[in-house]
Amino acid sequence: MSSLLSIKQMSINFDTPRGSLEAVRGVDIEIPAGMSVGVVGESGSGKTVMCRAAMGLLQGSNVKRSGTVVFDGHELTSMTKEQVRDLFGSGMAMIFQDPMTALNPVRRIGSQLSEGLRVRLGMSKADALARSKELLELVRIPNAAAVLKSFPYQLSGGMRQRVMIAIAIACNPKLLFADEPTTALDVTVQAQILQLLRELREDLKMSMVLVTHDLGVVAGNTDYVAVMYAGEVVEYAPTTKLFADMRMPYTEALLESIPKIDHKSGTRLSMIAGRLPDPTDRGSGCSFAPRCKYAQEKCHKEHPELKKDPDGHLYRCWFPIGEAK
Amino acid sequence: MAGSGTAHMRNTVDAVLTVRDLTVEFRVAKDKIVKAVSGLSFDVIKGETLAIVGESGCGKTTLARAVLQLPPPNSGEVVFDGTDLTLLPKENLRSARTSMQMIFQDPISSLDPRMTVHQLIDEPLEIWDRGNRAERDERINNLLNNVGLEPELVLNRRSYEFSGGQCQRISIARALALDPRMLICDEPVSALDVSIQAQILNLLQDMKDRFGLTMVFISHDLAVVKAVSNRVMVMYLGKICEVAPPEVLYAKPAHHYTKALLNSVPIADPTRQRKTELLQGEPPSPMNPPSGCRFRTRCAAASALCAEQEPQLREVSPGQFVACHHPVA
Repeated sequence: MSSLLSIKQMSINFDTPRGSLEAVRGVDIEIPAGMSVGVVGESGSGKTVMCRAAMGLLQGSNVKRSGTVVFDGHELTSMTKEQVRDLFGSGMAMIFQDPMTALNPVRRIGSQLSEGLRVRLGMSKADALARSKELLELVRIPNAAAVLKSFPYQLSGGMRQRVMIAIAIACNPKLLFADEPTTALDVTVQAQILQLLRELREDLKMSMVLVTHDLGVVAGNTDYVAVMYAGEVVEYAPTTKLFADMRMPYTEALLESIPKIDHKSGTRLSMIAGRLPDPTDRGSGCSFAPRCKYAQEKCHKEHPELKKDPDGHLYRCWFPIGEAK
Repeated sequence: MAGSGTAHMRNTVDAVLTVRDLTVEFRVAKDKIVKAVSGLSFDVIKGETLAIVGESGCGKTTLARAVLQLPPPNSGEVVFDGTDLTLLPKENLRSARTSMQMIFQDPISSLDPRMTVHQLIDEPLEIWDRGNRAERDERINNLLNNVGLEPELVLNRRSYEFSGGQCQRISIARALALDPRMLICDEPVSALDVSIQAQILNLLQDMKDRFGLTMVFISHDLAVVKAVSNRVMVMYLGKICEVAPPEVLYAKPAHHYTKALLNSVPIADPTRQRKTELLQGEPPSPMNPPSGCRFRTRCAAASALCAEQEPQLREVSPGQFVACHHPVA
C-alpha cells in the first residue's frame, strides 16, 4: 500500500523562557492513501503540533524541526513556505476544533467559502458562489442560499463546523486533517458531523487524519490509530486490532476512563491519576511510568524503544499487556 | 415531546429544592421573545443528584441560573429550604445564595486571572466573615487538600498557571468554602479531556458523600451523567421530555428524544458500531417553538395528535415519567 503522507523521525522543539520544550519526539507515521488514521491522546500530548508540523505550518524562529515529511511525492521540509502553500486546498486541508474562531467573524459565509475556489481553481466570482452553494448542500446545510449571505455568528456551532468542512473540501483535497472537529459540539451534532465526514471521505476518496482525545470517536471512524503520549507515538495499529488486543497500558487506561452508557450508575469511574510530565523535562524512563499501574523499576530508569509485533502492531512499553510481567 | 405536567413531583418534606411552573423568557427585539424555559417543574430531594440533560439551547443553563435568581424567572416558584427565593428581598437572597453554589463549564475563565488561589478561595470567606485570618487560612488549606491540591504548591499561583482539570478543582474548593447545601454544576467536565473528566466526576461524587451535598448536574452527554446521578431529567426546548432513575432511563428510554440522545453517544468498540438512524437537524428556534409537542418536528413517531395537543408527563413504569403521546414501546 502506498502512503500519501509519510512522517519520519519528526521532532519539534520550541524555545521557551523555561528552556527547550520537546513537543514532538521522533514520531514516525504513515498515512496510507484512502485511509483514515486517528491520532489520540490527552491535551498536551503533541497531537496538534504534529499535525501542524506535517502541514508545514510551524515555521517560527523559535521552532526547531528535524525529520522528514513526504506528502504525495513532495518533501515538505525542504520546500519554502510559498511552495508548501501551493499544496493547501487541493493537496491538504484542515478543519479545526473551534468553528467560531476559525471563521472570520466579519465576512459572510459565501465570501469565505468562495475565496479558495477563486484563488486555487481560478473560478469567476459568480461561478465560485454557485459552487459554494453546491458545497453547502453537500455538507447538508438546509437553506444553502440564505446561509451564503449569513455571518458566522448567525449559525449554530454544528452549522459552522459544516461550513468549515465545506471550505476544507472545496478544492478536493487528497488529505484532510481534522483536529478535534467535534470536541466543542453536542453529542447529537457530533454524531452527525462524524457521519458526514465518513460519507464525504468515501465519495471524494479522501484520506483523513482525525485528531481527538476520545477513543470512542476513533472507534467507528478510522482504519488505523496512533496513540500519542508526551510527544511520542506509544502505540500504532489497525483500529480493530488496537481495540481487540491493546498492548500499551496507557491506551488501556484511556479507554477505561471514558464514561460509558453501560457503566453501572453510582459506581466510581476508573481514571488516570496525575497528569502529563513537564514537556521541558522529559526524564530518562518511560514518560507514562509515573501514572502507570503496571510500572516497575526498569520503567522509571530506561526509555522503552518502539517494539513491533509480527503483525505490524507497534508499541512502546517494557511490559506490554498480554505478556508475562 | 417536551411537554408539561407535574406527575413527577414527589411533594415530600425532604425536598431541598422545589421548582414549580418556572418560566423564563427573554425579549430580544420588539416582538421577538425567546422562550427559554416554559412552565417547568421539578424537585430535588436531600442528598440526591438530579441530572439535567439536553442539547445546546434547550434551556438547561437558563434553568439553573433562574434557580439562583440570576436573573429571576418571569414566573413560577423556586422554593429552597422552605423559602420561595422569588419573593425574597435582595439582601436576604444574597445570604440564601451562600448555601447554593454553582460550578461553571469553563474552569479557566470562571476564575479571576489576577487573583491567587489563596485570594480566590478566601474571598467568599472574607465577605461572609467566616473566622479570623488564622481560621480562614486553615479552612483554605483543608479545602485544597479535599480537592486533591497541595496547598503549599498552589496557594500563591494564579489560574493561568494551571491546567483545565486543576482549575476545575480550584472552582470546586471555592464553591465548597461556605458549606453550601446544594451544588449546581453546569457542564463541569465538558471542557476537559476524557482522562481528566473521570478525575473530576469522582471528586464531585466524593465531595457530595463527604459533605452531604444535594446536587444538580447539567450535561449534554448522557454517558457522563450515568455515573453521578440518582435521577435524570431530559429537556428539549424549555420543556421536560422524561424523568427517570438512570438504570431505567438507560435500559428502557420511553421518550424518542432520550433514545436519540443515547444513540448519539460514541461506542468505544469498532466491532459494535450502531446501524441506527441518527437524529437529524438541530432544535428549532425557541422564539417560535412548534405547537403541541415541541420535539415533533424531529421525531419519527410524530402524528397529527402531536401537533394539536401538548403531551403531559405521566408515569409509564415505577419512577419513570414521560411526556409523549406515543412512547417507545
